[in-house]
Amino acid sequence: MTVTQGYGTLPVNDADPFGHEVLENPLPLHAELRDAGPVVYLTMYDVYAFARYEHVHAALANWQGFQSAAGVGLSNFRYEKPWRPPSLLLEADPPRHDAPRRVLTKVLGPRALRRLREGWHADAERLVDEVLAGGDQFDAVTSLAEPFPLRVFPDAVGIPNHGREHLLPYGDHLFNAFGPPNDLVAKGAPRAAELSAWVNAQCARDLLTGDGFGAQIWAAADRGEITPEQAPLVVRSLLSAGVDTTVHGLSAVLYAFATHPEQWRRLRERPELARVAFDEAVRWESPVQTFFRTATNDVRVGDHVVPEGRKILMFLGAANRDPRRWDDPDAFDLSRDPSGHVGFGMGIHQCVGQHVARLEAEALLTALARRVRRIELDGPTRRHHNNTLRAWESIPVRVHLEKSI
Amino acid sequence: MIHTLTGVIGTGKGAVSAQVATLRVTAKRLVADDVLTLELASPAGYRLRDWAPGAHVDLVLPNGMTRQYSLCGDRWDPFTYRVGVLREPAGRGGSAYIHDELRVGDLIGVGGPRNNFALVPSERYLFVAGGIGITPLLPMVRQAEMLGADWQLLYGGRRRASMAFLDELAPYGDRVQVVPQDEFGLLDLPTFLGAPGAGVKIYACGPAPLLTAMAGACAAWPPYTLRTERFVAEDLGAPARSTPFEVELARTGTTVAVPPEQTVLEAVTAAGVEVLSSCRQGTCGTCETVVLSGVPDHRDAVLEDHERAANDCMFICVSRSRCDRLVLDL
Repeated sequence: MTVTQGYGTLPVNDADPFGHEVLENPLPLHAELRDAGPVVYLTMYDVYAFARYEHVHAALANWQGFQSAAGVGLSNFRYEKPWRPPSLLLEADPPRHDAPRRVLTKVLGPRALRRLREGWHADAERLVDEVLAGGDQFDAVTSLAEPFPLRVFPDAVGIPNHGREHLLPYGDHLFNAFGPPNDLVAKGAPRAAELSAWVNAQCARDLLTGDGFGAQIWAAADRGEITPEQAPLVVRSLLSAGVDTTVHGLSAVLYAFATHPEQWRRLRERPELARVAFDEAVRWESPVQTFFRTATNDVRVGDHVVPEGRKILMFLGAANRDPRRWDDPDAFDLSRDPSGHVGFGMGIHQCVGQHVARLEAEALLTALARRVRRIELDGPTRRHHNNTLRAWESIPVRVHLEKSI
Repeated sequence: MIHTLTGVIGTGKGAVSAQVATLRVTAKRLVADDVLTLELASPAGYRLRDWAPGAHVDLVLPNGMTRQYSLCGDRWDPFTYRVGVLREPAGRGGSAYIHDELRVGDLIGVGGPRNNFALVPSERYLFVAGGIGITPLLPMVRQAEMLGADWQLLYGGRRRASMAFLDELAPYGDRVQVVPQDEFGLLDLPTFLGAPGAGVKIYACGPAPLLTAMAGACAAWPPYTLRTERFVAEDLGAPARSTPFEVELARTGTTVAVPPEQTVLEAVTAAGVEVLSSCRQGTCGTCETVVLSGVPDHRDAVLEDHERAANDCMFICVSRSRCDRLVLDL
């Protein structure tokens, strides 16, 4: 279906990108949107959509034309009150975005992570040993993908042990809240205030250990690089964006290997491919599926104009499987160069924790590859539906161990 | 006003382009006695790498010299960089080259932008510029104004005619005090700064004597109040080159040639070595590669000066070589 707009015919789509059918399998909608044109109008939410790599990539990089401060969810902060104080990073534009981003880029940069590397590899080996000691059948989500980030990341931030079980449900609700107020949001709403209060409380200086990411953020406030009022919100960004995303990224790569035994063999032959494997899984699965931007001017896209102030839904997952950009895009293939995928976003808002995620994945995959000869599905898998995240609730697997160990 | 969504570097199916690190001089204007501005743009019309006030770029001049200049243009225009260049007769020849030899249309290498002089959040700013030191402060005052901060700029120079950008500062009215030395004498720093207090950030850029005077004048202010930038001449070893070089891949045992129109990343990828990258602009840090020997020509926006000087790693999506042969841990 199409409508006439300006001097062209704007493709229109009536699907609900946040409906359960699409969340269960978004790939058919992604293909439809990509094929319809560079920009599509989504009638259900009165928003525009980009699904081709070229346009998603260009819009993500173009912070001048596509702002984040009006919210990166469906809700337009120009007219609607945000459900929580906006993120100083995700939901901010330059110049206000500059200082918090600069501080976090330094705290989470690859050079700063070097001191964590050895410890995280050892932690991954311990976890893998524990899981394998329990038998050759387990759930890759609840035994590996969830526990590993929950073990290493909150420690690295420096929050107390007590209450860490709140992190996953908080993140789940936060990422649901970027979508429309549907049943998924309603399901999380009763606990939202309680979980937010717990997360906010963890950002206080006196609760954080002296050497973690959290303490380093507060130290930056001491040096005047951010204000003392900003510091807890920057810590909050770590706790909001740093847990669910990596859990689903790790689930994605574990599912990919469980269903692609030849790729697992390849990783075992060349363990240095662990980082490439993780990025290929992030491209292939796109744990963060969508984010919105808001046009700051009338923007011409192909033959159409997205009017100033309107929301555009960026389909990162669709861009990452755009055949205009990727050969055989649906294949999970370690011989591909996944560089340039938009699974971590692109531009000034590109995932500031991407190096943390890669280090977690590298540690876990390396430990697993050392001991596991083969990993395969061992029963029906189950998706977890979230308005923004592509996630697994359950991936039952059976592993075959390396005999020599 | 209608904008057109424009492509970004690195979106192509295969090739990455080195053009983000090689820009064309699109304008050269004399804006005060002995001060000119250069405008730079991507030859292919791509967006340039993002920057914030206080940032500088490394210009790798066609004569092999590398010089650092603060960006003083408009970051909301992603297609143009602007730098201001003072002719320094006592300098080592970089500014003389730019003034006398460099022409509109010439290509120059660009590293960065990097920022050691970032504008941190504050409700009140005091800016002090001496001469060409106005360049990093120019985008800062614009941003302070945009943020609704309370700010004042004290701008000193030898003579009014030698002071650049007075026209661009005029709209700010009383917030800006222009103080040519031949009319008013030296800057009265204590009067301008007033009594020490909290909630103020002081930014100063200019010749060494001014910065020394600022350090003295701000001694009684709370720690981290004063922020200054001074460029020191670095010894970069061999001059930058525009000729091919070789990269030896220590783990793989092969050697690949890198012609001027190709990046190191492209060359090693073509040789079948997997290197993960992401932004391909030297900003995200994903393609960090260990350098075992040789001197890189750093063009990234990630490393600080002392990290660059260590020459133990490089970002191969943009950085190149200053020597005939680099040995990388690949």
